[in-house]
Amino acid sequence: MLSLLAQSITTSWGPLTQVHVQMMLWIIALPLAAFGIQIFFNRKLPRQGDWLPTLAMGGSLALSLLLFHKSIVLGHSPDLMLHSGRDIPLGQTGWSWDFLFGGTGGFATEGGRQSDFVFTLLFDNLTAVMLFVVTMVSFLVHVFSTGYMKGEERYGRFFAYLALFSFSMLGLVLSGSLLMLLVFWEIMGLASYLLIGFYFQKPSAAAACKKAFLTTRVGDVGMILGIMILWQHFGTFDILQIFELAAVEVQNNGGEAPGWMLATALLIFLGPVGKSAQFPLHIWLPDAMEGPTPVSALIHAATMVAAGVYLIARLFPFYLFVPEALLVIAVLGSFTALFAATIGCTQWDIKKVLAYSTVSQLGFMMAALGCGALAAGTMHLMTHAFFKGCLFLGSGSVILGMHHRQDMRDMGGLRKRMPLTYLTMLISTLAISGVPLLAGFYSKDAIIAATLHPEPAYEAMGYHADSFLWKLPSIMLPIAALLTAFYMFRLIILTFHGQPKTEHAEHAHESPFNVTLPLLVLAALALWSASPWILNGDWLGEHIWFNQLVAPMAYEGGRLSLQSDVHHVDHGWTPILISLLVAGGGILLAFMIYQYKKVKAERIARAFGPVYTLVYNKYYIDEIVDRFLIRPLVYHWNLWLAVFDRVVLDGIVDGSARLAKWFAGVCGWTDKNIVDGLANGLAFFTQIFGAVARIFQTGFLTHYLTSIAVAAVLGLALFGGNMQWILLGLLPLTFFGFVVLARRA
Amino acid sequence: MLANILQAVQGSLPGPLSLLTFAPLLGMLVILFLPKAKTEAIKTVAACATFIPLAISIYLYWAYDRGSIGMTAGNMMWTEQVSWIKAFNVEYFVGVDGLSVPILLLSTLLFFIAVFSSWNINKGVKGYFALLMLLEVGTNGCFVALDFFLFYVFWEVMLLPMYFLIGIWGGARREYAAIKFFLYTFFGGVLMLIALVAIYMASGSGDAEPTFNLLKLAEMAKDPNSPLLLGGLDLFGWKFLSWTFWFLFIGFAVKVPIVPLHTWLPDAHVEAPTPISVILAGILLKLGGYGMLRVNFQLGGSMMQEETTIIIIGGIGVVSILYGAFVAMAQTDFKKLVAYSSVSHMGFVLLGVAALNKEGMNGAAVQMFTHGLSSALMFLVVGVIYDRAHHRDMNRMGGIGLLMPRYTGWAMIGVFASLGLPGLAGFIGEILVLIGAFNSTASTSMQIYAVLAACGLVITAGYLLWTVQRVFMGPVTDESFKEFPDLTPRETFTQVPFAILCIIIGVLPFLLLNVFDGSLAHLLTLINPAN
Repeated sequence: MLSLLAQSITTSWGPLTQVHVQMMLWIIALPLAAFGIQIFFNRKLPRQGDWLPTLAMGGSLALSLLLFHKSIVLGHSPDLMLHSGRDIPLGQTGWSWDFLFGGTGGFATEGGRQSDFVFTLLFDNLTAVMLFVVTMVSFLVHVFSTGYMKGEERYGRFFAYLALFSFSMLGLVLSGSLLMLLVFWEIMGLASYLLIGFYFQKPSAAAACKKAFLTTRVGDVGMILGIMILWQHFGTFDILQIFELAAVEVQNNGGEAPGWMLATALLIFLGPVGKSAQFPLHIWLPDAMEGPTPVSALIHAATMVAAGVYLIARLFPFYLFVPEALLVIAVLGSFTALFAATIGCTQWDIKKVLAYSTVSQLGFMMAALGCGALAAGTMHLMTHAFFKGCLFLGSGSVILGMHHRQDMRDMGGLRKRMPLTYLTMLISTLAISGVPLLAGFYSKDAIIAATLHPEPAYEAMGYHADSFLWKLPSIMLPIAALLTAFYMFRLIILTFHGQPKTEHAEHAHESPFNVTLPLLVLAALALWSASPWILNGDWLGEHIWFNQLVAPMAYEGGRLSLQSDVHHVDHGWTPILISLLVAGGGILLAFMIYQYKKVKAERIARAFGPVYTLVYNKYYIDEIVDRFLIRPLVYHWNLWLAVFDRVVLDGIVDGSARLAKWFAGVCGWTDKNIVDGLANGLAFFTQIFGAVARIFQTGFLTHYLTSIAVAAVLGLALFGGNMQWILLGLLPLTFFGFVVLARRA
Repeated sequence: MLANILQAVQGSLPGPLSLLTFAPLLGMLVILFLPKAKTEAIKTVAACATFIPLAISIYLYWAYDRGSIGMTAGNMMWTEQVSWIKAFNVEYFVGVDGLSVPILLLSTLLFFIAVFSSWNINKGVKGYFALLMLLEVGTNGCFVALDFFLFYVFWEVMLLPMYFLIGIWGGARREYAAIKFFLYTFFGGVLMLIALVAIYMASGSGDAEPTFNLLKLAEMAKDPNSPLLLGGLDLFGWKFLSWTFWFLFIGFAVKVPIVPLHTWLPDAHVEAPTPISVILAGILLKLGGYGMLRVNFQLGGSMMQEETTIIIIGGIGVVSILYGAFVAMAQTDFKKLVAYSSVSHMGFVLLGVAALNKEGMNGAAVQMFTHGLSSALMFLVVGVIYDRAHHRDMNRMGGIGLLMPRYTGWAMIGVFASLGLPGLAGFIGEILVLIGAFNSTASTSMQIYAVLAACGLVITAGYLLWTVQRVFMGPVTDESFKEFPDLTPRETFTQVPFAILCIIIGVLPFLLLNVFDGSLAHLLTLINPAN
């Protein structure tokens, strides 16, 4: 491990080597190992082993930083592999593992292809950014948790689950195969399930974790189907191969993507709709706040929910072939952004506000990708991870200080009592609101710029974005941005400003060092992410730094290559002005209403009347889903099927038995009253049948079996294969079986 | 001289497969001679008698030639062939290939664990273990038999002990359940018997000797002009091939079980004692799928090339998946829920088989194996809580996660393996079946089936997670639960092997696929030469 580090440092200025591949494997393996040890031995380790996953994450973070550095170096040096890699399939690492056959076999085919269920690692600048974000936030959350979760029951197990999550998320980020990605995607869902349900003795938490898993699973089914369609047409799960084959497919199809590619793109998008909480599958995310706050910060704000965005970014070259799918993504993303922002304005629970804010910001990212701005979307993913992680951890610190009270109406005046928390949350709030010089401004501004001119992204593909639908994002996103600034400052003012409203707020205290330290680091990152643009001096132009770092690949001139110039927009002052206007407007509004109380919030709420009620109740989406989907399915449909099973299917069986019983009764009566005494021969036969029946009643089925075998053999011998006779001989025996059933029933 | 003696001794020794099959029979005989009161001795003998087959099947798995393609004469390994009933050309003919080896491993493991799971049986110990041994003889016999008649004999041998095990050691409605189980399986068995006799007669047309040899019959069925396909007689205007095919199919499908022939299963499971449920779900259901692959499709391959057949079989699979899942969701009895989930999961086997491609076939085989693991684990999980609470009503449970954390941990592996979570066993079979069905060229309806089956994954997750919520999560509703001890060492010992295997197969599926693939690929060429 250490020698690996040493090697990697010495080689960090050269092209990618096997050392880097090993580093990637270590990044995944460290948290996995920590999980494996922690889940079994946490009680036996000192401090319940919290240091183990934390150290493992520290190791992964160090390796990720080295790789990130690598990709920056390579990304800016035209001589080195990644950037000049227009000739080399970008991101190939040469590492692969045959998942289904372990490399020793493969579906035995006659001269055809071997198993394609191969796991590969894919590393490019997008991966590097994600690795950096995930390991950084994850490590900080681990540190934060050592303070926040102190003294909790099952403290050690909490860290095991965190490690499981980190493992799956990092595996997902490095996946070079869609199947591998799906595997990690689902394991991540499990980790999320376990962590949301960490306080599973609370019925609300128990319900929330189930809801989260199921809602995302609905999206996953779409994703699985999409991946299967890809496999059907391309016969591979390998992402880079899929790009190449898709390009060929489009070329063969006369430059236009065939319909199935659009269907695939939309189906795969369903996965991110679930995971990244896009409308209408967003309903699980606010409920997921039942989990401990560090979990909300790590999984349900910074990283896991961004995995959906990452997936679209990862498959971006594929999506570029089907701009219609991107349009859907853009419109749905901007709608989600606006929709969730309105709800965020009305909530009182500090974590619920942040949850809806997360849904809204994820919508921003999706909208950016939909408008073809890969770099802007990814940049927002990164900056959001930092400032939202900070905000959630900050809210955790507040909740800790408030002795686990989350209603903002109980807070107020915490500024003086929790200065560090206040400072860091304020910085993050400024960042998310889009105040210049902070990270959020740059990414959000880039997104707004992209929505104003979505066309350039597609012109290379010969597609013209002339539908009016393309205009929707540019209308909805600025409004959402305004609301963002408003509800975030509402949160800050209600929580930190003014006078303490309750006893708890009066006696609130600053959190310990291991809680505030991660806050400081994240706040610094919320500031820092801006610096490269300032240093670059060209942020007004094209955000050149990040655009180069996370440049989309696209099919050009017969092969897949980097498209650092794909979003070739003259940025101009318009988006900047819009950004400044909405940020300023939102902040001003919040101060007018909540700080200076120029207008009473209650009066505004009353003025909106039913609209306010609608928004406050989250548009009744949960109720609608419950009423029209869950209830019919769980309380009617399956009950009816169960009744069908018991009554109809069993009824047929039991009924035929009862019929046989009745028929036997009739026979018996006839036999006794009419036939009996007529002929001794008949009586003899009755006796035989009675004897057979008695055998069954006593349960000596061996006799029964023997007679069947004898009948079969006799049948063979006597009738020489005349099947009807044998069948006729067997039928009465079966009949008698039903009689037995009837008797016993 | 010495070499000759050694050779003679060696020649008279039973081969590994006979030993594997009949070791439990030996155990049964020993048990029958032991006095009733010596329960510990009886259990020990049972444990030894089930350990021998387990050890042998581990050896078979280890020594199996993975390059062998199997499923055809000469590619079966460890064959033993002795004439049995000369007049009808019945042979004692056993052998294994890549399909039977892993399933034998599962079967012997299940029986071995079942003995330990039965340790606290105190009613009629002697009879119970004797019958359990007989059950193992019948089950393993089915998996090694290569003679149709022998197969049928083992099939019926298996039926009897199961009937008594449910009927005597079962719950309140045990007699009803036992008879229902018996009659259903027997109904299938009778149909199978008719087809068996008919195929035997047909194989003897011309100057050829009639035969029960499954490998020979499969070879004959490959020839499109074979009397096996064209000859024989029509039954009530139904062509020979179709009725033998469907008779065999129903015979095996009852065992799978398919909707609507499944209602014996929940009753049998609910009434059966835990170890018997484990065996029933873990291995007896697999006989259905195994029989289809080994007998049904090999002898009626050309039926599988008709689209109607595919539409029906695949359709039954999908209906079983969805119907089983929905009905499972409606249950409040924990054990019944697991029973219906078996119906749902076994639907994937049919769907995979109907896909008629490598992915689907392998998926079906893997699904059989992994369902054996996860359902066995789930029934053990149910048994643990039933032993303590003496009821299985999930609405009266709750909060067990806090009270019995280790138990909950192992149970979660079972739940998530059933749910098809990647990294655990259930995923491999399901994803392969889905891929196979979706890419199937056998029928266009297969794609629709694949989509529907994929939707079934949500319902499966739904009822399983709802179960977790009701049983393990939430506050402790019943005060008496607080006195429940966590897993005893014996219970841990029975659950852990399955949980560990669920993980191992989930992460390293090639341990199974390398063995399955060759034989199934060959089977596929028998069924569908186009592939």
